[in-house]
Amino acid sequence: MDNKLEKIVQVLQEKFNTRAEEFRGEAHVFVDAAQVVDALTFLRDQQGFELLSAMTAVDYWPQESPRFHIIYQLTSVANNLSLTVRVPVPADGNQPEVPTVSGVYAAANWREREVWDMFGVRFAGHPDMRRILMPPDWDGHPLRKDYPLGYEEPQFTFNYEEINLRKPYAKK
Amino acid sequence: MTQLEEVTLDELKHLVSDRAITGETMMLNMGPQHPATHGVLRLLLELDGEIVVNVIPDIGFLHTGIEKNMEAKTYQKAEVMTDRLDYLSTVTNNLAYCLAVEKLVDLDVPVRAQALRVILTELQRIASHLVWIGTHALDLAAMSMFMYTFREREVILDILELVSGQRMMTTYIRPGGVWRDVPVEFEAAVRDFLKMFPKRLDEYEGLLTRNPFIMDRLYGVGKLTKEKALSFGVTGPILRACGVDWDLRKKRPYMGYEQYDFDVPVRTEGDNYARYLVRMQEMRESLKIVEQALNKLPLGPVRSDNRKFVPPPRSEIGVSMEALIHHFKLWTEGFDAPKASIYSAVEGPRGELGVYLEGDGGPKPYRIHMRTPSFENVGVIAEIAKGHLVADLIAIIGSIDFVLGDIDR
Repeated sequence: MDNKLEKIVQVLQEKFNTRAEEFRGEAHVFVDAAQVVDALTFLRDQQGFELLSAMTAVDYWPQESPRFHIIYQLTSVANNLSLTVRVPVPADGNQPEVPTVSGVYAAANWREREVWDMFGVRFAGHPDMRRILMPPDWDGHPLRKDYPLGYEEPQFTFNYEEINLRKPYAKK
Repeated sequence: MTQLEEVTLDELKHLVSDRAITGETMMLNMGPQHPATHGVLRLLLELDGEIVVNVIPDIGFLHTGIEKNMEAKTYQKAEVMTDRLDYLSTVTNNLAYCLAVEKLVDLDVPVRAQALRVILTELQRIASHLVWIGTHALDLAAMSMFMYTFREREVILDILELVSGQRMMTTYIRPGGVWRDVPVEFEAAVRDFLKMFPKRLDEYEGLLTRNPFIMDRLYGVGKLTKEKALSFGVTGPILRACGVDWDLRKKRPYMGYEQYDFDVPVRTEGDNYARYLVRMQEMRESLKIVEQALNKLPLGPVRSDNRKFVPPPRSEIGVSMEALIHHFKLWTEGFDAPKASIYSAVEGPRGELGVYLEGDGGPKPYRIHMRTPSFENVGVIAEIAKGHLVADLIAIIGSIDFVLGDIDR
């Protein structure tokens, strides 16, 4: 890890009580969902991470809880640094939710809509929480691990209930 | 209430002005089958006369679930999906994906393969910019440009066909190197292109750069400030036209870009014309890189000899039992990647093409996210088109240079 980056990770650790991991020279910082807006604002204003390069989510169903992690890939154009911020989404029934960062980075507006569309994670306070890639009347969130790829099991009367149990995404 | 295609205006009222609700301004649907939207982008326009008040982009018409599909394939087989993202810069997509896989499993690439990758991605950048300038000029009523640029792009596609057998969906770059060495005709073909193209580029510039009709449509239109561009995550030529010197080839060199001597064109105006000038100059810089890479193209293997990740050459399979086993294992099971995640990015023709890749210890990516530059770049249209005429919106869309396959994935 770069010296400058190490310092930033340390500052984050003191300020926001984060946990850091390193892999192939990349820093991953785990931030609490409640603190994500403060942490990203701090990184943007004080540490020069002015670009939200990428934002996505990962679904760890069924092996881990909480099942969703939101990933913010930050880039500092001024200092030429990269930092990955990981936010485990507090599991709250079937309605996972994290605060929106679209006020910090305008790019997050569409990326959060994409994460909502693909994973069903809601962003509290988002100005325009509609589906972005799938049709507005679509059922389910395709990138969840319990969403079938390309096909659905046909339900007949004799196995309707059994298959329904395996389809949590289809339930409201 | 005005009935739109699938949603009512009521549901969109946080995105339009109050005057749209009272009917003072007009809502106009543009696309998805509009020729000026370069694909299937739908824009909902709120118009006050001919002035654009609000733009609501509607994307997803080309969503094919590439990320979900890739999760179900081994690392080698998932690569063909990357060709289908941005179908105008397929080689660059392959490179971004392969670099991510190589970073995840820690695999080295021989120098000859690195140089070949550089040559092909730079040719691809030129081809992509040629489509941009052709369609952009077509939108601005300079019809013949389209014919000229597609004539030159054809030469590049022929080179791609020469090395890979495919004109567009090449999958020539593979994890650990490239598919096979280039044929002997390759060097001559590229040199012919290097000789022919600068003259053609001069012709284009002669036709367009100081053309008063083009200047009228581009100069001072669609201004984007540096701060806004960064906040919206805009990268590539659009960001460089706003005065930010940010090119991953220079800032975070990959594939040996640090050994080539080239400039990164930067303009400060941030308007359509600046974007035009940046891209035109970029084509000349790409030519420089191709020429240098070709001049010192090293000899040697084009694939890593780490047999745990890279299949053995065909010639070995007949004589070596080990090679046969490796071939069989790699094409049936694939190779395992560690349980970890990485992010790696390359400078594509449209901006930062990033790959977030997470392995779970098995042969298939647990999660792969393609950070495609067009997605962010289109998100900024609404911001820069406000207050312009509808005709200027066409020029702005052209100067953004997006590919819908890249946005919708």
